[in-house]
Parts: sequence; C-alpha cells; structure tokens
Amino acid sequence: MASIKLKPKARKGVIGIKCLIKHPMETGLRKKKGKIVPANYIENMVILHNGNKVVDADIGSSISKNPYFKFNVPGAKGDTIELKYTDNKGKTGSATVKSK
Amino acid sequence: MKRRLFLKSAMAGSAVATAVGAGLLTPSMVFANSASFKVKSDAASAAVANAGQGSFKFKAPKIAENGAVVPITVDASKIKRVTNISFYIKNNSTPLAASFNLSGAQGYTSTRVKMGKTSPVIALVTAGGTTTSKTQEVKVTIGGCGG
Repeated sequence: MASIKLKPKARKGVIGIKCLIKHPMETGLRKKKGKIVPANYIENMVILHNGNKVVDADIGSSISKNPYFKFNVPGAKGDTIELKYTDNKGKTGSATVKSK
Repeated sequence: MKRRLFLKSAMAGSAVATAVGAGLLTPSMVFANSASFKVKSDAASAAVANAGQGSFKFKAPKIAENGAVVPITVDASKIKRVTNISFYIKNNSTPLAASFNLSGAQGYTSTRVKMGKTSPVIALVTAGGTTTSKTQEVKVTIGGCGG
C-alpha cells in the first residue's frame, strides 16, 4: 500500500517539508512482456499548514517513481503539516505530522 | 524444445529490460494524461515561448546517467509572492512534469523527474502575474558511456 514519509523540520522560522510518497507512477507508455502497463500516477497533491493550503500541485506522469518533493513554508516548531494526494485511479492517501 | 523456449523467453525479457532502461517515455506514443492536464501542459508551452529570463536559481544535472531519476531544484526564495513553479521537459511525451501552485509557501521546490532522452529542462516561475523561465540542457546517457 501506499505510504507517505513526511518530515517537516523547522529552522529559523521556516519549515522545510520533505516528503516521499511510495507510488509506482506508471506513465501508461511502458510495456511489460508486450502489454502496456496501465497508467497509474499521482495527479494532485496538496500540502496544508495548520489547515491552510500552502501548496497545490498538479503532477504529471513525468515525475519519478516514488516521488520526492521539498518545499519551504514559513512556520514554527509544532505546526501541523498535512499532505493529501489523489492518483488517476481515484486512490487517495494522506499523512499528518507535527513539525519538529 | 524446452531449451529453445527458455532462450526465447530470456531474449524477450532482455528486450524489455533495455526498453525500460532506455527511458520510460517515448514521444511518439499515446498521450497518457488527462484532458485537464493537457490544457495546463499547452498553457505551459505557450508560457515557455513568452517568458523572459528569470533571476532565480535553477539546479539540474548537466548529465544524468539514469533518465528515470533526475533531481531538479528551483530556488526563488528571494522573489516575493511566487504563485507558481512549473517544470517543463521539452522532449518528453508529457512535457509538463509538474506545476506547483504556491500560496504562502516560499518559492522553493525540489523534486525528481523522469526523462526519456536528452532534452532542455525549463523551470517556470510565476510571481506577481509575470512568468520568467530558466533553461538547462540535461543530457541523458544510457549505460553511462556518453551517447
């Protein structure tokens, strides 16, 4: 199953959010034994900081397998960071972590 | 007979492996993304043509040995009110890799992209309604022997 590693770290008033999502990110172009592997990639990802949307990402199939992202958001230690994603098959995943 | 079959399947297997190794995207193949994303991709293509030279930092490798994982970073922290950061890979079948709409976050994004072959990678930063771009050619070598 899909799992998310979310590691926000506050430093000098800025939270560096590192996230790693476990996802196959199939483009729908790759073939395996002559058959096309169906497309399966993350379409949309949202990062919430204390409930406010700070990043809204539209993601294409050109992003690598098990995508990694890093963002900087102004904030302090103890703030709540939440990540949500939706893939093209309608599957969703989310994670909520308090900033260190 | 069995041996023959085995050889055949082994050959097929290696062909697949090379296909995978050669890169995951071929431009001539079917468009895999959703229609809404295609609209955004087209908009990005237009933005690439119109954008001026940006004054932000764009980090991408000059040579990527493995086209499946190419780390790219945009640092526009010095520019205020960055609303969007997009990555555009010209020779990919789905050129727009990702578009990050930022509201409140600093103009900094780092991610990893897939590349089918050598191509210019364009970073687009939108701040205060104007879009600026920076381009870097990333060479994808297969097998690490130049190419």
